[in-house]
Amino acid sequence: MTPNVSYPRRWKRPPQLVTTRRWRLALPLLILAYLILAVGSLEIDVGRVIEGLERGARFVQGFLQPDFVSRWGDIRQGLIESLTMTLTATVVGVLVSVPIGIGAARNLSPRPVYLVCRSIVAVSRSLQEIIIAIFLVAMFGFGPFAGFLTLAFASIGFVAKLLADDIEEASASQLEAIRATGASGWQLIHYAVQPQVMPRLIGLSLYRLDINFRESSVIGIVGAGGIGATLNTAIDRYEYDSAGAILLIVIAIVMLTEYGSSYLRKFLQ
Amino acid sequence: MSALDTRPGEPTHYSQVWTFRTPRARLALWAGWLALVALFVWCWQVMNANTLWIFVTDAPDQAVDIGSRMFPPELAYLPELLMPLWDTLNIATLGTLGGVILAVPVAFLAARNTTPSALLVRPVALFVIVTSRSINSLIWALLLVAIIGPGLLAGIVAIALRSIGFVGKLLYEAIEESEAGQIEAVTATGAGRAQVIHYGIVPQVLPAFWGISMFRWDINIRESTILGLVGAGGIGMKLQSSIDTLAWSQVATILILILATVVVSEALSARVRRALI
Amino acid sequence: MLSIDQLTKTYTAGDTALREVTFRVPQGQVVGLIGPSGAGKSTLIRCINRLVEPSSGAIRLGETDLVSLGSRELRQARRRIGMIFQEYALVERLTVMENVLSGRLGYVPFWRSFTRRFPGRDIENAYRLLDRVGLLEHADKRADALSGGQRQRVGIARALAQEPELLLVDEPTASLDPKTSRQIMRLITEICAERQLPAIVNIHDVPLAQQFVDRLIGLRAGRMVVDDAPERLDEAMLTEIYGAEDWTTTDQDDDDPDPDGEAQGTLRLVGTAT
Repeated sequence: MTPNVSYPRRWKRPPQLVTTRRWRLALPLLILAYLILAVGSLEIDVGRVIEGLERGARFVQGFLQPDFVSRWGDIRQGLIESLTMTLTATVVGVLVSVPIGIGAARNLSPRPVYLVCRSIVAVSRSLQEIIIAIFLVAMFGFGPFAGFLTLAFASIGFVAKLLADDIEEASASQLEAIRATGASGWQLIHYAVQPQVMPRLIGLSLYRLDINFRESSVIGIVGAGGIGATLNTAIDRYEYDSAGAILLIVIAIVMLTEYGSSYLRKFLQ
Repeated sequence: MSALDTRPGEPTHYSQVWTFRTPRARLALWAGWLALVALFVWCWQVMNANTLWIFVTDAPDQAVDIGSRMFPPELAYLPELLMPLWDTLNIATLGTLGGVILAVPVAFLAARNTTPSALLVRPVALFVIVTSRSINSLIWALLLVAIIGPGLLAGIVAIALRSIGFVGKLLYEAIEESEAGQIEAVTATGAGRAQVIHYGIVPQVLPAFWGISMFRWDINIRESTILGLVGAGGIGMKLQSSIDTLAWSQVATILILILATVVVSEALSARVRRALI
Repeated sequence: MLSIDQLTKTYTAGDTALREVTFRVPQGQVVGLIGPSGAGKSTLIRCINRLVEPSSGAIRLGETDLVSLGSRELRQARRRIGMIFQEYALVERLTVMENVLSGRLGYVPFWRSFTRRFPGRDIENAYRLLDRVGLLEHADKRADALSGGQRQRVGIARALAQEPELLLVDEPTASLDPKTSRQIMRLITEICAERQLPAIVNIHDVPLAQQFVDRLIGLRAGRMVVDDAPERLDEAMLTEIYGAEDWTTTDQDDDDPDPDGEAQGTLRLVGTAT
């Protein structure tokens, strides 16, 4: 330390993210320009919105004082469809995902199989459930069967992808050790891969069950059965108290499955 | 077998039976699987009670029919889609912006280490998060279209409302996981509550915050493409009208455009996230 | 001057971490606090600035009774007490300068800290402190870009930025190599001597403590069992603190987690002939 030196009395925080000066100036301007353009193209009908606020208040009221009774028949039917669809779709989806997931793992599968499986996964993941549902309803007719197919197809992309990633991450040294004992390909999967991946697979399935239920409340809007159809009708008829009841049931079931699956996962590990 | 021969002093007989689990655990496991199979069969029957199998067996023909109508996609339709696409991007971006702005306070109220009251405020914040997460953005859109009328605004608000739960949940988990030592150190300097949050917690969760927001933006691009199906603006409205008029070649064009948008936004979001963290 | 009277801490789970600890620290004295893991060293230090709430007893810094303060007064009292941490506890993603300036948080209003507009005097002082600990040219680096020893120096500068009347030091060398550990301990003791600062240093490494502190307090299961000058520490006292062990050998077969032989090599207790 040198005595009697004077130290600066000013300090400015050096820029952390954007270090070039030009960008530091340009970036906020670009963002601002975008926001002006975007908001400018909104075309908000103020009168309609104000009119809507009153309806919004009615909806909040319906949500707080839900009416479970007057549409109970429809709600019950929708719920049964949603729940059965969710379960069957998850089971079938996971069963189909396992071979595809193994096929899509680079460290286990031959290259052609890998490419085919990965493209199945990519197609399933990049298409929205609702778009798949539109097509399947067009092909298979209205009702929960189309919904079941939609959810099963969407589950494949999700579960197979994560499963394949998991297998690829599964410790290579364990794979090597089992291979060194002279195990065949199937024994390899059974002894080296399955024990490492099984807990994750169960976790993924439960997670997907949860997602599938949530999605099942949506695809009914395009005619694929389930509680979504009931909800759609209720909103179309401005029956906010019934809609509120349906939403509360959905929320309750989602919470239940979430708690249940986290409990089950802990129990199984 | 010589290597396995017993040596003197060792017991001459080991159990020849080895089981992976105790009998009881195995029984429970089998019972569990059996119950699952039974449940599956029962659900299958209930679900398909009203299914018309004629339609199902007819499906391959339908698929071929639709497929042949979709091909070739009507590319001349593309210019007409650009404005709706711009709307879709705006729904996603402005919706994400609004959702993130609303999610930040909710996350701080929900995190165990920053909530003002674990007994009163935290459950409310958690309920907001669960509600927002349980209801799909399409349903939010459905509601909002009924309430404030069809249009972009309904879509933006729907996306924002759905994003609160997602961003809020991940962010509050990040806040709870922030390192206690750094927070303790800032507290020990005599800093006030707001200062502790700003100096001790914010720098720790900032990368997570940007990552989550970009991730959600990417998801929102996907979701906003279909909001138009219920009248909430964007390219989904074009999709709806093409489906209604059975113009499958237009549908194919729209799907290609949606797919391309999703791929580009995913790549962009991944790049930005990598640059930020 | 710090005085602690009958300080007791019982955790809600029922474990008693401190039992009626009483001692005084005059101006400029560096007290080493030794004892096995779980003896309550860390709890004792944290009771003083009330990061841990004491169950009973009194703690006085000058005229202030720290135990009875409300939250506003507590914040004002905390800025008079600098604290240095085991794992540095720097805010990793902030710059070195911001970390040092965070020592001023208790003195500046929120808007100043929010906009990073600290008073010129604070900034000047922060630069002076960084120069004192030898890190002037690292001011604008991010804290996580520094080495362990450098980070601990930033930690020291941050504590000093508070212009404290007391330093609490929690295992300052636990994650440092032997050489850096000695440099850090020397820096702390030098600074305490320069500023006539009293300090309580919670430390694992007994020989290192003996070399640098003015006084040793030994804790065992929350009780003070030794309070003496470091050069008078002997086998009996060590046994009193840590339990029976052959203290004369320097073999590394005890369960001391320190992996470095160098630190073990210096284990020559002043009170025991080797």
